[in-house]
Amino acid sequence: MTRLHIDWTACDGRGLCTELLEEMLVEDEWGYPVSRDGTTEPVVPPPLEDAAKRAVDRCPMLALKLVRR
Amino acid sequence: MNSVLAAQTLLTAGDGGLDDHLSRYGRLPSLDGSQIVGLARDAELTGRGGGGFPMWRKLAAVAAAGTPAVVIANGAEGEPVSGKDRLLLTRKPHLVLDGLHLVALATGARAAHLYAPAALLPRLRESLAARGRAGLDKLPVTLTAAPDAFVSGEESAVASAIAGRGAVPADKRVRLVETGTLVQNVETLAHLALIARYGAGWFLSSGTFLATVSGAVARPSVVEARYGVPLGDLIGAAGGATENLRAVLVGGYHGGWVPADPALPVTREALAPFGAAPGAGVVVALPAHACGLVETAKITQYLAGQVAGQCGPCVNGLPRIAGTLADLAAGRPRPGLPGEAARLAALVTGRGACRHPDGTARLVLSAMRAFEADVAAHLNGRCLATGGRL
Ligand SMILES: Cc1cc2nc3c(=O)[nH]c(=O)nc-3n(C[C@H](O)[C@H](O)[C@H](O)COP(=O)(O)O)c2cc1C
Ligand code: SF4
Ligand code: SF4
Repeated sequence: MTRLHIDWTACDGRGLCTELLEEMLVEDEWGYPVSRDGTTEPVVPPPLEDAAKRAVDRCPMLALKLVRR
Repeated sequence: MNSVLAAQTLLTAGDGGLDDHLSRYGRLPSLDGSQIVGLARDAELTGRGGGGFPMWRKLAAVAAAGTPAVVIANGAEGEPVSGKDRLLLTRKPHLVLDGLHLVALATGARAAHLYAPAALLPRLRESLAARGRAGLDKLPVTLTAAPDAFVSGEESAVASAIAGRGAVPADKRVRLVETGTLVQNVETLAHLALIARYGAGWFLSSGTFLATVSGAVARPSVVEARYGVPLGDLIGAAGGATENLRAVLVGGYHGGWVPADPALPVTREALAPFGAAPGAGVVVALPAHACGLVETAKITQYLAGQVAGQCGPCVNGLPRIAGTLADLAAGRPRPGLPGEAARLAALVTGRGACRHPDGTARLVLSAMRAFEADVAAHLNGRCLATGGRL
């Protein structure tokens, strides 16, 4: 399963990913992404894989990674 | 053997010296790696640093990682209300070092480390020298000082400190065991050293855990017991409660509040309904005249001050949780204060490089359940513990 991993030590909370991947992420009150399903490493549904890859590539802090587990 | 003091295996008196150790326990039997992993599995030995994870699974994962393994004995004991690891390192350092030697064999490690508070290092250096003179360890052990901070004993912080980068937790996209790094609590290692001598069956029937019992007890102390020991017996072994108790914190600052029920067995299963677990064996008795909300607010304030300044949700969320608890404790009611505490606890959970936010959230949620009546009273400007107005 492809999952979205967030490196919290790198993320600066400007919220670009929550715009690029709004189907999966929302912003918390400080600007940091929260997964809509409440999990730590949310599963990326196949139709969203391209959008997820784009968010990973565009994250200015390289804080997003796709992992398989 | 269900009495608390029946099985003093780790805490029997000892001067910490090698002669004392060898006359008491003898030399380690010669075992190969797979035998060691098998013993840890058959003995069902679980981690004593807080997580309670089966040791053999970590051993097997590190052995299979395909990189030269590094093994680390974690004696940081960053938890302010825990004292068992310091006591063990003082009284039985050679059991810990035996255990470290065994996990090095089990994982094929090329490097072994002992990470402990700076004050203990001079004595530990002597212990290592004595072993060297006796020809005990082929693999040298490196000592590293653990800074006195709550998160310095978190496993990725430990690995980072050993690598000379500072005791700060790291991201876990790649799990530590997959990098060939094994971090085990010093007590877990000491148990393994006994299992290697006396067998898995012995541990299943007689194995123990260490508990640090403090708060409203006559003799705050480290107590050795078996899982399943009634909470009242643990408190009794520390001299007994000095007055009626309001609640007991089990599992430390990342643990949970449970009722002061002397019959409550200290096991994972029996504590789970309260959101608590035996964890690293920390037990704090809260006296009846103290307010659980005030106490929880203090602990949460401390935990918020220990965030390692790295992860947004933790850095922002923990102080907010602490502020919410402080308002609740001091009777500064805002609408929805308890709901706000619960919401923030859920918001920070799982959103950090380490589980510091998760542990803090667990404590706060358990307090909201255990002290539900106090919450209601505080919102009405009264405190049940003091009987007065806030
Ligand atoms: C914030 C935090 C602090 C921790 N501090 C310690 C500690 O001081 N000592 C310790 O042994 N484990 C500590 N742990 C647990 C370690 O991460 C790790 O699980 C443990 O050392 C593994 O050993 P064990 O499996 O033998 O318990 C801490 C965990 C967290 C999240
Ligand atoms: S785009 Fe990257 S840095 Fe920005 S909020 Fe998302 S994960 Fe964090
Ligand atoms: S979760 Fe908190 S304590 Fe843990 S590394 Fe991140 S900021 Fe530090």
